[in-house]
Amino acid sequence: MNPLRSIRATVNNLLASGAGLIALVPIYLVFVNALKTQADASSLSTELPHNLQWGNVGTVIDQGNLVTAFFNSVLYSFGSTILAVFLAALAAYVLARLRTRRHEILYSLLILGIAVPTNFVTLTKVMQFTHLIDTQIGIILLYAATQIPFDVFLIYAFIGSVPKELDEAAFIDGCTPIRTFAFIILPLLTPVLVTCGILNILNVWNEFLMPLYFLNNSDNWPMTLSVYNFFGQYQSNWALVSADIMLTILPLFLIYIVAQRWILSGMSSGAVKG
Amino acid sequence: MRKAYPTWFAGGALILYGILVLLPSLLGLGYSFTDWSSYSSDIHWVGLANFKTILAPNSIYVSAIKNTVIFTIATIILKTVIALALALLLTSGVRRLAYLYRALIYLPALLPMVAVGIIFKSIFDPDAGLLNSMLRLVGLGGLAQHWLTNLSLALWSVIGVDTWKGVGYIMVILIAGILAIPREYYESASLDGASSWQAFIHITLPLLRPVLAVTTVLNLLYALRVFDIVYVLTNGGPGYATETVYTTIFNAFSLGQWGVATALSTVFLIIMIALGYVAIRVMSRPEVA
Repeated sequence: MNPLRSIRATVNNLLASGAGLIALVPIYLVFVNALKTQADASSLSTELPHNLQWGNVGTVIDQGNLVTAFFNSVLYSFGSTILAVFLAALAAYVLARLRTRRHEILYSLLILGIAVPTNFVTLTKVMQFTHLIDTQIGIILLYAATQIPFDVFLIYAFIGSVPKELDEAAFIDGCTPIRTFAFIILPLLTPVLVTCGILNILNVWNEFLMPLYFLNNSDNWPMTLSVYNFFGQYQSNWALVSADIMLTILPLFLIYIVAQRWILSGMSSGAVKG
Repeated sequence: MRKAYPTWFAGGALILYGILVLLPSLLGLGYSFTDWSSYSSDIHWVGLANFKTILAPNSIYVSAIKNTVIFTIATIILKTVIALALALLLTSGVRRLAYLYRALIYLPALLPMVAVGIIFKSIFDPDAGLLNSMLRLVGLGGLAQHWLTNLSLALWSVIGVDTWKGVGYIMVILIAGILAIPREYYESASLDGASSWQAFIHITLPLLRPVLAVTTVLNLLYALRVFDIVYVLTNGGPGYATETVYTTIFNAFSLGQWGVATALSTVFLIIMIALGYVAIRVMSRPEVA
């Protein structure tokens, strides 16, 4: 290797590790300060803790109502995702197979939702009228409704690659449409359903605005809202705030470590063919 | 054969979407022309009064729209340029550990914006915050700033944080796009004596165009709706310097000015549908799926 090339390789490696470091430092700050005393954490420095304050974790779980918030987040993200992906797959299937003018209009109407901004004021009215406001089932339905357009868009594109002859043959053999969909189409859609599922779960887990508008009862709050509220109460105690953030992002990190390949390829499969 | 595909299969999705997404938007069109508020149970038709309030020169709504546009354009450019540079670096510049770097740079995208906002509130602290401490440490104390309370700087601090969080997501998509380009193109280009810069301009960039279109659309749709990061970092301040469309709607809603809030939502709806139409056309192009 000539010297110019090895200099270039070194510079490239430095740039890459620099970028990695910039991405990592703020997260590192959370983890080291989560285990410090209040006084040591006051400047949120990069220093390692002198002696580990595991008590912070217990305090935060107690004061921050984190166990309830965790299970709320799980309920909202998984509940709405299962509902949205299932309904979107059903809709995308018929709309992709029957391409009449009417079906194309319905498809366009559905995917318009990718761009339509939420009108929170009138949505509040609708939520009140349907008695969904301030309820867990309400927020699940709401999240499902907002995820459906993008899911339909992704699944619709994917169904194009599933041969139509499969469902036609099943139908001619006397298979009902429901059985055809459940036993023949749905298994073949697994890759795109996983992509949609991961994207939806992450979106809902990190979402903040819907609970802020529509959940008043703190027992129904997901982790994002309880973290924000906790920060409001304990602004001056960075150790506890860091511990609270740490516990909020820990489940995400665990999912990321386990499902990293799926997440990274799922993120891009909507945008890049192949 | 039509019987094999009953249209009611689409019913569940359409009902849920219709009631919770379309209906509020349509109702909003109507309420935009009223004085609907929390102060009175009577609702009167006021014609275009709300729109006049919103679009009056020097109104906070106009400055919120302006801030949103600045935020959108700046984050699109920053995220695209940085993500493209990183994607190129990790696909051709760096061999060892490239996968690890990719996973690391993506990490911030995984975090809730609320958590990111709180973390950066501390990093931006003028006295004890990490950013100013670092600047002082390397002798650049003169550059230390009141990042979140300086009128002309606050919006750019918000933009910086949003870019920090969002760049990894765009990078991951661009890496997938670059890896989908057949290697043979580069091999024959280098046989013909093309430099790596020429290969980038004449092969990578044109073939990446559809993917760049998609990332731009994703960035655009996200940025126009920005809320969490502003709400947590500056809550629209100092003054109205970082107020965006969604934070302004939230404030109008909280103050009970529902007519104005819906009118602003309606203006926004029209802008988004126009852009969304273009966006869907771009994303539905045959070469991308």
